[in-house]
Amino acid sequence: MPIKEISKARVRAEAARLKAYFESQGASDVETDIMLPAEVLLDLYGEDIRHRAYVTNDPARGEMMLRPDFTVPVVQTHMDSEADPARYTYAGEVFRKQDDMPDRAAEYIQVGYEIFDGSNPAAADAEVFAQFSHILAPLGLRAATGDIGILMAAVRGLQTTEIRRNALLRHIWRPRRFRALMNRYSSAGTELREQNFDRVRTNMANQSAPPIGLRSEAEILERVMDLSTDAAEDPISGAEIELLNDILTLKETVPNVLSALRDISVDMPAILPAVNQLRARVDALDARGVDVENLDFETSYGRTSMEYYDGFVFGFYVEGRSDLPPVATGGRYDTLTSMLGQGRSTPAVGGVMRPAMILAVQENAQ
Amino acid sequence: MTIKLGIPSKGRLMDKTFDWFATHGITLKQTGAEREYSGAVEGIEGIELVMLSASEIPRELAAGRIHLGVTGSDLVRDKLVSWDRKLSELAQMGFGHADLIIAVPKTWVDVDTLDDLDAAAAAFRARHGFRLRIATKYHHLVHVYLKEHGVADYQLVDSQGATEGTVKNLTAEAVADITSTGDTLRANHLKVLSCEPVHKSQATLFKSRTAIWSDEDRVIMAELRKRLELDH
Repeated sequence: MPIKEISKARVRAEAARLKAYFESQGASDVETDIMLPAEVLLDLYGEDIRHRAYVTNDPARGEMMLRPDFTVPVVQTHMDSEADPARYTYAGEVFRKQDDMPDRAAEYIQVGYEIFDGSNPAAADAEVFAQFSHILAPLGLRAATGDIGILMAAVRGLQTTEIRRNALLRHIWRPRRFRALMNRYSSAGTELREQNFDRVRTNMANQSAPPIGLRSEAEILERVMDLSTDAAEDPISGAEIELLNDILTLKETVPNVLSALRDISVDMPAILPAVNQLRARVDALDARGVDVENLDFETSYGRTSMEYYDGFVFGFYVEGRSDLPPVATGGRYDTLTSMLGQGRSTPAVGGVMRPAMILAVQENAQ
Repeated sequence: MTIKLGIPSKGRLMDKTFDWFATHGITLKQTGAEREYSGAVEGIEGIELVMLSASEIPRELAAGRIHLGVTGSDLVRDKLVSWDRKLSELAQMGFGHADLIIAVPKTWVDVDTLDDLDAAAAAFRARHGFRLRIATKYHHLVHVYLKEHGVADYQLVDSQGATEGTVKNLTAEAVADITSTGDTLRANHLKVLSCEPVHKSQATLFKSRTAIWSDEDRVIMAELRKRLELDH
């Protein structure tokens, strides 16, 4: 089935309808600029955003970016206001280059719903998901859920050095490098770590070039010391690597995931708070009428595409059509609010949906 | 109708292109004054020579304004998004070899691999409050390469020339640039990372997928293929 072109007027009308619905649920309407200072976004997302977003140059303002998503400007608006807790809704264009998938729209309308409220995170997670699930129910979509917080808790609980834990945490969103690091810190990587340090020692013996650049000798020496420590350090135990593997590959319905995680937490008690958080969320979803018995959950879901999410993550997809973008996505982004909050932070969760996709799926069903 | 063949309009790349076609019995030559950008093809009918800057040939091929073109494979991959949807590679011509590499100061005794670079970038960002800067003009190729290898906490800063000097001038911490011998890098106290190059470039004959190919053009192309022994 080809997805039909829907006129912009109809998409706007649908977006207005969805936004009005969120307003009726207690959200206040928030407007943000379309042109955003590129610096904030570049600092947050790095080089990747430059290749996904449209960057334009203004001799007076410097680099500006066409809004690639609403989350950053909405968080900034919230952090500047005194309101807390708060619920927001918005509708408007976002702009993304589609280098890898030229058939996808580079400009489309999103409608979003965000909750800034730290009093009961599980209830807030469930509220966002249940609202989305309710709106999208007639479309018969596949719902995917996950929780980045479980993997993060597992890494934080590893019986190893802080340097290793931090290196793994930093690469949670880059699965390939995460795997490589896991391997290097395991017993399989002991030889490699020793070789690495030997290589550095040889370099030091042969080095005679004058120092250049901003990275100082002290910084270089610090890393040499880290490599030396790491070469001598015990590997992460085989048992822990196995548990981490089990967590990474967990993909089941919610009840099965909960029971598997309970088993894992016997040997890895560090994940218990995150598992309890998941359980509280599942109870809250259940109380809101979501069919949790049949809800899919995948521990690694959202790891490649959603860097600022650090807890609950979800998406709604057209079944059997991996070529189409998701109809809706969302999640929790507590850390982002502290990065943008200049000392303040608020637990936050939210999501966006694409009215053009909703209309297209409706028409195809008819 | 004629097939338009775009070739670099000056320098070694032009001379070597002439030589390459000559070994296949096709004479390309400049016509008019020495510095005039017009040329002729002898030894095969129906091909028109278009003299262009090597850096413009990818764009002209992608737009379908020329049918065939000779340029560096690095330029095609960097300047065109999803290049292989727009062009196809007919022949690697065996000259114009250059590697796009990443280089760091020799004093960085702790950095030889992408893994090291990533770790150094993380520490650098934590210390200095901004991402480790890599100076380059090959933004697309370098980004794709570093993303594929999971390197984070870097930023690309634009450098259109004298890129090896940026580290000394404190406008970058590392560079990504084309090198054939490495002399300039050594002179500027830089060393190449020991990993695979970002791209191994050489002069390449490309065919446009977007140009209009008439039946007559296809006949000419078939003859050219035979002459260039492309079907073996």
